[in-house]
Amino acid sequence: MTARLPSWSSSGLPRILLLLPLLFAAVLLSALPVRAAALDGAIAKFAADSFSDTEAGIAAVATSGVPNAADILEALGAGNLEISADGKTIVYKDKSGRLIDAATAAPIAAPPAGTRTVRVNNRLRRAIEAALGTLTLLAPDPARRMQAAEAIFKSKDAASLPALETAIAAEKDARIKRAFQEARAAVLVMKADTPASERAAALLLLRDRGDQDAIAALRQAMPQLSPDLKSVASDAITAIEDRLALLAQVQNVWYGFSLGSVLLLAAIGLAITFGVMGVINMAHGEMVMLGAYTTFVVQEIIRTSAPHLFDWSLPIAIPLAFLVTALVGIAIERGIIRFLYGRPLETLLATWGVSLILQQAVRTAFGPTNREVGAPSYMSGAFEVFGLSITFGRLWIVVFTLVVFFTLLAVLRYTPLGLQMRAVTQNRRMASAMGIRTPWIDAMTFALGSGVAGIAGVALSQIDNVSPNLGQTYIIDSFMVVVFGGVGSLWGTLVSAFALGVANKFLEPLAGAVLAKIFILVLLILFIQKRPRGLFALKGRAIET
Amino acid sequence: MITMAIIARLDRMGAWFLAVLLGLIILVPLLNLLLPPTHPLHVPTYVVALMGKYVCYAILALSLDLVWGYCGILSLGHGAFFALGGYAMGMYLMRQIGTRGVYAHPVLPDFMVFLNWKELPWFWYGFDMFPFALAMIFLVPGALAFVFGWLAFRSRVTGVYLSIITQAMTYALLLAFFRNDMGFGGNNGLTDFKDILGYNVQAQGTRVTLFVLSVATLALCYLIARAIVTSAFGKVLIAIRDAESRTRFLGYRVEQYKLLVFVVSAMMAGVAGALYVPQVGIINPSEFSPANSIEAVIWVAVGGRGTLVGAATGAVVVNFLKSTFTTGFLAPYWLFALGGLFILVTLAMPKGIIGLVSSIQARRQAKAARTASVSKPVEETR
Repeated sequence: MTARLPSWSSSGLPRILLLLPLLFAAVLLSALPVRAAALDGAIAKFAADSFSDTEAGIAAVATSGVPNAADILEALGAGNLEISADGKTIVYKDKSGRLIDAATAAPIAAPPAGTRTVRVNNRLRRAIEAALGTLTLLAPDPARRMQAAEAIFKSKDAASLPALETAIAAEKDARIKRAFQEARAAVLVMKADTPASERAAALLLLRDRGDQDAIAALRQAMPQLSPDLKSVASDAITAIEDRLALLAQVQNVWYGFSLGSVLLLAAIGLAITFGVMGVINMAHGEMVMLGAYTTFVVQEIIRTSAPHLFDWSLPIAIPLAFLVTALVGIAIERGIIRFLYGRPLETLLATWGVSLILQQAVRTAFGPTNREVGAPSYMSGAFEVFGLSITFGRLWIVVFTLVVFFTLLAVLRYTPLGLQMRAVTQNRRMASAMGIRTPWIDAMTFALGSGVAGIAGVALSQIDNVSPNLGQTYIIDSFMVVVFGGVGSLWGTLVSAFALGVANKFLEPLAGAVLAKIFILVLLILFIQKRPRGLFALKGRAIET
Repeated sequence: MITMAIIARLDRMGAWFLAVLLGLIILVPLLNLLLPPTHPLHVPTYVVALMGKYVCYAILALSLDLVWGYCGILSLGHGAFFALGGYAMGMYLMRQIGTRGVYAHPVLPDFMVFLNWKELPWFWYGFDMFPFALAMIFLVPGALAFVFGWLAFRSRVTGVYLSIITQAMTYALLLAFFRNDMGFGGNNGLTDFKDILGYNVQAQGTRVTLFVLSVATLALCYLIARAIVTSAFGKVLIAIRDAESRTRFLGYRVEQYKLLVFVVSAMMAGVAGALYVPQVGIINPSEFSPANSIEAVIWVAVGGRGTLVGAATGAVVVNFLKSTFTTGFLAPYWLFALGGLFILVTLAMPKGIIGLVSSIQARRQAKAARTASVSKPVEETR
């Protein structure tokens, strides 16, 4: 045993140091001296071949702090732990069936001569399970330690208190340490013989945790509390409930912003084609859909030919989607819409026809069912801010929407193309007289609006089903957003999208999702009666015609 | 006497149209009821029901043409009025089922028993009586059109804005009727009808009667619409369509004209829906879908906007094409054809089939006039 140790530490340790975070290495290093001695003691107990000695051995393994302690105990419970005839070495089979030397945690080819299985009975199995539960408190993986803390918080098992104390002392991660302390507080509040002062401290700790679980723990503890502590606990419960109510409002605002950014993303291209050019583009939703399908195609190609680039699929898809939809947009504008300027109702019908054709084309090419668009690693997962859970996917979409919006604003304001676009919208004949090629600007503006819709499709493919009907679900909402915000006003579109999103999310708990949507539609219809030109109406003589 | 007066005032196209309708009323029942099924000229009952469906669509198209073709109101919500009329009829038919439903409840329709409802909701009261249901077929779409139109026209919401909010209206109704809590059967809608006025809806005789009624209604709606558009009132409507501001400055209360024609048109659409439901045997929320309303607009455009006869013709032609297209190997291409139709009609034939026919006629007349070497200038046809 001692002879093997140097070879393990000289070859294995530097590699671990290189590969793993510093923290993990520090934990290992601190555990190392204990490990040799502790496992030796445990092995001696196992060698004695009596159930009570084996139980002591289990406790010894559990407190040894070796990284494979859980594996050893699991093997023991399953009857897969064997001890050599000289009583110095234990080996076990791991989950994949390989034979492992417990001391070195390295696979070995054949068991030492004359091994026998360490016997267990039901009492020992229970002991093993309890030991495994507290063992995860010391697990090297932070996520597992967190899980263990939550499990104890829920079970409030007094038996895990000593292990919890050890874990608190050893824990370096402040977040997990906090979770351990909260678990300890939950146990202490429930335990009958906790001193009053500690119980009061534990109550405060639970109040500061401030979530539904804390309320549950406090409610459960109520009967055990002395009258003055009872009032502390009930105050704590109201404090938590107030906090949670506030949090729910904040959450609603965030969800509203999230929905608003989706609406804005879908409507932003329409704000160009409908808002700036005045073209009723019913095929706008299909541009979004084409963008989503471009993402799908890009991901398919990446999956089959370059899987390591998967995280780059969205950045690659964005310019491609812009290009594809902008080209389709140019084709539609040159082929159909330019013959219909000044006849908005006919434009509406013709573009509806285009939308039917595009839908059916996609359905023919990709099939009528939903297509799977994967989420890159940075789009999945979530983080918490003040108890508010924010998913990365949503966060990125909000950020992305704002980036697209302000880029578009900048394009319209600071580029020559933007200048010409605004000139043509404000006074077509004058712009033409100044030498601007108005038909070309029309095509470019339409291409820009369509391209932005395509970009929106890339983002929406992450949160919605990619099917030929994708566009249909957005078209009415998009028109509502643009009309509500004021046709021709990009800022109006921004304000209206977020206002509608937040209003929707605040109505939802009151009325349910569908009714909330109906309310919003009815309110919009009424709003348009009051202000037919939207929130931020353009003013001027040209608008009236 | 009156008939003579009407005929005297009809143009040739209208006379032809009414003659065709009259022919249908006489011939179809004869060919269906009197000829044996093996006879080559026999019209099977399912074809009668299918034709009845087309005729209902024709009424819807006619009502849409009245507002769009003559008053410039492009309503993308006429499907909603159609569906509301249909639901009113559906509710009457549901109440007629009585104890013959799956759950055999004397009052509650099956879906309410299924949802564990104990009482009939208040808005279902009265629908067991046909006169009440008939009144609702007019009143419900009419009232919605009145409120909606009153709000919209008063605040001068025009053009595409009006189109978009009518679309939002039908979309909101679609979402609402999909809810089970609304009490209209949710997703499944109303179906499994048994009787209408005591006659079995599935029976051959009932189907033929419904068809005849539909055709007669179409003829009546045509005459009403024609009376409206040829009257002084109709002249103002056309003036509003062509120059709304100017008409207003001349002293006409534009919003009142629009409101009246909108309500009349919505009621026509409601009647169409009410005739449609017993013939197809089901009404569900998908009738509210915005796509349906837009499709109705294309029927009008294909036939010829602002011609009445054209609207009805367009509805029949497009739906006949749809039926032939969607049953067969061409089915996946129907949307291509429909989409192409939208584009073709708006780009190439702004006056639709009727416009095409009359321009050919005009050219022929012009040629005839030239060959007769009369140097009178030919009036330009638009």
